[in-house]
Amino acid sequence: MTRGEKYNLKMGLLFVSPWIIGFLVFTVYTVGASFFYSFCDYDVLSKPVFIGLTNYTDMASDSVFWKALYNTLIFAFFAIPLGLVSSICVAILLNMPVSGRPVFRTIFFLPSLVPLVATSMIWLWIFNGKFGLLNYFLNMAGLPGPEWLTNEHYTKPALVLTVVWGIGNSVVIYLAALQEVPVQLYESADIDGAGFLRKILHITLPSISPVIYFNLVMGIIGCLQVFAQPYIMFGAGTGGPNRSALFYAVYLYENAFTYNQMGYACAMAWILFMIILGLTYMATMLSRKHIHYGE
Amino acid sequence: MIKLNSFGKMLVFFFLVIGSIVFSTPLIWMVSTALKPIEQTMSMPPTWLPYRYFADINGKKMAIVPKVKIEEPSTAILLEGVNDGQIIPNTKLADQKGKYKILKDISADKDNPWSAVTLEKITGNENTTEQFFVPVKAVERTLCFRWSNFKEAIKAMKCFWMYLKNTLILCFFTVMGTVISSAFAAYGFSRIQWPGRDKLFLVALATMMIPFPVIMVPLYCLYRSLGFVGTPHPLWIGSFFAGAFNVFLLRQFFMSIPQTLSEAARIDGCSEFQIFMRIILPISKPALLVVALFQFMGTWNDFLGPLLFLTNQEDFTLALGLQFFQSQHGGTEWNYLMAASLLVVTPVIVLFLLTQKAFIEGISTTGIKG
Repeated sequence: MTRGEKYNLKMGLLFVSPWIIGFLVFTVYTVGASFFYSFCDYDVLSKPVFIGLTNYTDMASDSVFWKALYNTLIFAFFAIPLGLVSSICVAILLNMPVSGRPVFRTIFFLPSLVPLVATSMIWLWIFNGKFGLLNYFLNMAGLPGPEWLTNEHYTKPALVLTVVWGIGNSVVIYLAALQEVPVQLYESADIDGAGFLRKILHITLPSISPVIYFNLVMGIIGCLQVFAQPYIMFGAGTGGPNRSALFYAVYLYENAFTYNQMGYACAMAWILFMIILGLTYMATMLSRKHIHYGE
Repeated sequence: MIKLNSFGKMLVFFFLVIGSIVFSTPLIWMVSTALKPIEQTMSMPPTWLPYRYFADINGKKMAIVPKVKIEEPSTAILLEGVNDGQIIPNTKLADQKGKYKILKDISADKDNPWSAVTLEKITGNENTTEQFFVPVKAVERTLCFRWSNFKEAIKAMKCFWMYLKNTLILCFFTVMGTVISSAFAAYGFSRIQWPGRDKLFLVALATMMIPFPVIMVPLYCLYRSLGFVGTPHPLWIGSFFAGAFNVFLLRQFFMSIPQTLSEAARIDGCSEFQIFMRIILPISKPALLVVALFQFMGTWNDFLGPLLFLTNQEDFTLALGLQFFQSQHGGTEWNYLMAASLLVVTPVIVLFLLTQKAFIEGISTTGIKG
């Protein structure tokens, strides 16, 4: 190594040192400790005691754990595709040559800026069974308005709506991708006499497919960890009627900080990590054929 | 961009209008509720624009709250031993058993309905219970926003100003920490060539995949052993150690700056630190602004962090304080809850509107690499 290279290495490491220290303390140490605790009985107050796989086997027989996992997966199963489809549709509409686009863009984006605590408050009020706005509109349309927050069949749909309201962030990402799609593609499609739908299906969607994949992965990560809205909207962790809104992250939090079962909570976190990795892997495999990276 | 004929444009415009109405309704509903007296939050059909009612009570024009509409000739009576008056239709008055005192004859009918009203207290949600009776025609309705709801909400939250101070202090420290540390790290990851750099950067990107719950417990235990649980320190310390997301954003920007700039400076005898401070940072102001904005909003909005580490109400942030207020007051005083929410939401929205361009560009870059 020449003197210049040595100097560069020294300077490079010096500049990235804030990240390296953070990485060692807040990632390497915490991930390692979390893995270790997941095999321990640990209540913070006394030292962790190694108990092997007990936390994991306990989990298998914990019906509340299964309920929380089921709730989260069902929620994600609806929230991810709904969020994906609606944000792509909104982005495609916003990318059309019509007047007032900046205003529309701002309106669709604003909800994603609202702090999750405030989002929860707003939707608690909208879902209110008696004086809520949603039931008022449903009644106007001649539909019976359910008790969204106290009927166990409606709590998850309510949360899906709450989350889909905040798609603004991904709309903006799609919009940026849509603006990169080469105009020539549409022009040659015009010459070939392709209609609107065919242009969307055969040009637009393939062109933005890497971004769709990116948002899909982000959706998986985000939806499986959803915490603030169910925690706030359903009585600070109790999980709502018949625990129908007890989500994975909420139950994990409860285990760690209400029941002081830190080891069990860590084991749950690792299972969550595995599920996220598994689903991401599945999404990658399924979409591999359909992603077109530009040159 | 797909070309459209004029019918297509109209159709797209129509869909955008519908979508905008759906997306903005919750926010408009929040604002509307925040400016209403409590009775109007509980009216069906809902009122979008809050009103105040006035009527002559005992010869004086007073603000009133309409309670019951009376559409047939009735009599207001007071049963013996009962505090509240009752309104009995004259046709059924004969059935009334027990002793009663006649309060007022109400000569109402379908075409000339009357209204039972109570006096409105100017501040607060409480109303006096004494009933008065006035013809509906004599009731004046004027548009009136209840700005006092904000004052009341702040009072009801108890520590609002404390929450705001805590939040702003945290925002200041986390923004400083993030901007400084990420700029350093991003410089090291982009403007200096050293062996292993790009592999290490991939590791940095990979850390973004780790779900927060995995590190939540050890992080809590770590800060607990330092005696920091119950203090705001855990909420800002981490920001001084360059999060991968911000490093990624700044690195993207730094890489777009021509290397020749650095080389020229090196030939002139500038050290790396001088190049960083005098050349790269000044050019990168827009990107640094984006990182600062994201961090500000992140800290302002964060709920889980404060929930984990803060235990005393005086240390709460606005987000946690708002949730605390809601859990204390339950789902009754919706106008105050919406007023409090609006106070938490408004600064973020104003900040966004002021910096919209930088903000949108920042988000757009996050998706490009995919």
